[in-house]
Amino acid sequence: MSEKFDAIIVGAGPAGSAAAYSLAKMGFNVLIVERGKYPGAKNVMGGRMYAYALDRLIPEFWKEAPVERKVTHERLTLQGGKASLTLDFMDEELLEPPNSFTILRAEFDQWFAGKAVEAGAALVPGIRVDDLIRENSRITGIVAGTDKIEANVVIASDGAASLLAEKAGLRKSDVKQFALGMKEIIELPQKTIEERFNLAGTEGAAQLFVGRCTKGIPGGGFIYTNTSSLSVGIVVYIDRLIGKKIEAHEIIREFNTNPEVAKLIEGGKILEYSAHVIPEASGSELFTDGMLIAGDAAGLVVNSGVTLRGMDMAIASGVAAAKAVKNAFEKNDFSKKGLSYYEELLKRDFVLQDKETFKRAPEFLQNERLYTLYPEFVCRLFHRLTLVNGPKKKVFDELLEETKGKRTQMFLDMLRALRAV
Amino acid sequence: MNISIEERLGLVSFEVDKERHIKVNTDLCSECDEKTCLYFCPAKRFTLENGKIKHDHEGCLECRTCKLACPKGAVDFNYPRGGYGVYYKYG
Repeated sequence: MSEKFDAIIVGAGPAGSAAAYSLAKMGFNVLIVERGKYPGAKNVMGGRMYAYALDRLIPEFWKEAPVERKVTHERLTLQGGKASLTLDFMDEELLEPPNSFTILRAEFDQWFAGKAVEAGAALVPGIRVDDLIRENSRITGIVAGTDKIEANVVIASDGAASLLAEKAGLRKSDVKQFALGMKEIIELPQKTIEERFNLAGTEGAAQLFVGRCTKGIPGGGFIYTNTSSLSVGIVVYIDRLIGKKIEAHEIIREFNTNPEVAKLIEGGKILEYSAHVIPEASGSELFTDGMLIAGDAAGLVVNSGVTLRGMDMAIASGVAAAKAVKNAFEKNDFSKKGLSYYEELLKRDFVLQDKETFKRAPEFLQNERLYTLYPEFVCRLFHRLTLVNGPKKKVFDELLEETKGKRTQMFLDMLRALRAV
Repeated sequence: MNISIEERLGLVSFEVDKERHIKVNTDLCSECDEKTCLYFCPAKRFTLENGKIKHDHEGCLECRTCKLACPKGAVDFNYPRGGYGVYYKYG
């Protein structure tokens, strides 16, 4: 390949495909390279994508995209001791227009990259980018094995813990910024899933577990319902996992045996196991001379404590990157200054606004008490309220009893929660 | 459903690259007291044999946790060559 491209996009995940699709639609000559044997081959996520960002790009994409279920049931299970309390929120308004979908990435990412190809982008899978070409400190292309391919702009959308962002000196990865996600796909008959999760038709459920399942490590468990499988997994902060000296894979193995989980997956068959890091508290500079960074590679993930979002941020950042490239072509300026429109667009959109709104969330969410003291407290309280074995107290008195000696701590944590999430 | 990590990895698809994409400088491991690699790898690719750390690159899920978390900086991580390594069918 000796041809020069307008833009080279590294990584055919949601950020890369969104950028490629947008640029190709605007008539640019775009190449996407992907190290996997097909787009999505290396990609893992919990299982849910919020629809908003992709709907802006491809209206009503769900009519053609391989989506699993529309999430209408949101559950939060607090596990403490031998008890658990589940909040079960159901909202039919989340169905139309759909708020979020469960998806399986291998299939979905192939579809999305296919849309970019349909729009005119060139896609070459099975290519690992080894280095960047630099001319007078400006990035002007990529090196893959013995091939050198040039472009006016490179968009690095090479995922969490991006090697390109590091090579370009835009990011220094620190273990404290990352969580480790482990997941399994468990096959179950469609009807069984609908019965167990109380779903009708294309409705889906997302259930988060906080407490016992991570053994005191900040993080949580999850189950997302696909059409005829469940995505079941665990997310833990890596440095906190190390501190506990627990083997990572043992946590997900035990998760399956938690009573709240075991009943939901009973009789199922594990089809696949996967693991990936999540840039929960990570950030990077977003651009330099000749290069833009999008999606997970730029640490564009937001955990608000209620919603965990990466894919919609990736798609919106990919689209913004494409607009910034167009702007740079108009000015014929591919320097850092010429590409700075990217940041302006992200600030105007939800991407950097949400990142700013929830900037204190990662620190707050690493508070160990959220995973030990509080789920246990809630379960103890409900235990007291429901158990009948003698004279009963009023709710408020039980509350006073159960919070004895902990009130100052709880009050301070509540203030922290209000500030952070 | 309560299956071992070896059985779990048996459910994952790999195009094995003979070239090692992860190189561990085990000289540094012998100076390491914590040996946290025995805990953080979700595929249990690090094992202790006769007091020495051994790493097996086959079965690696390419999450890069080892590169991020190794306290001695003993892990030289690159992705497997294009088209090789893990390929998820569901993801």
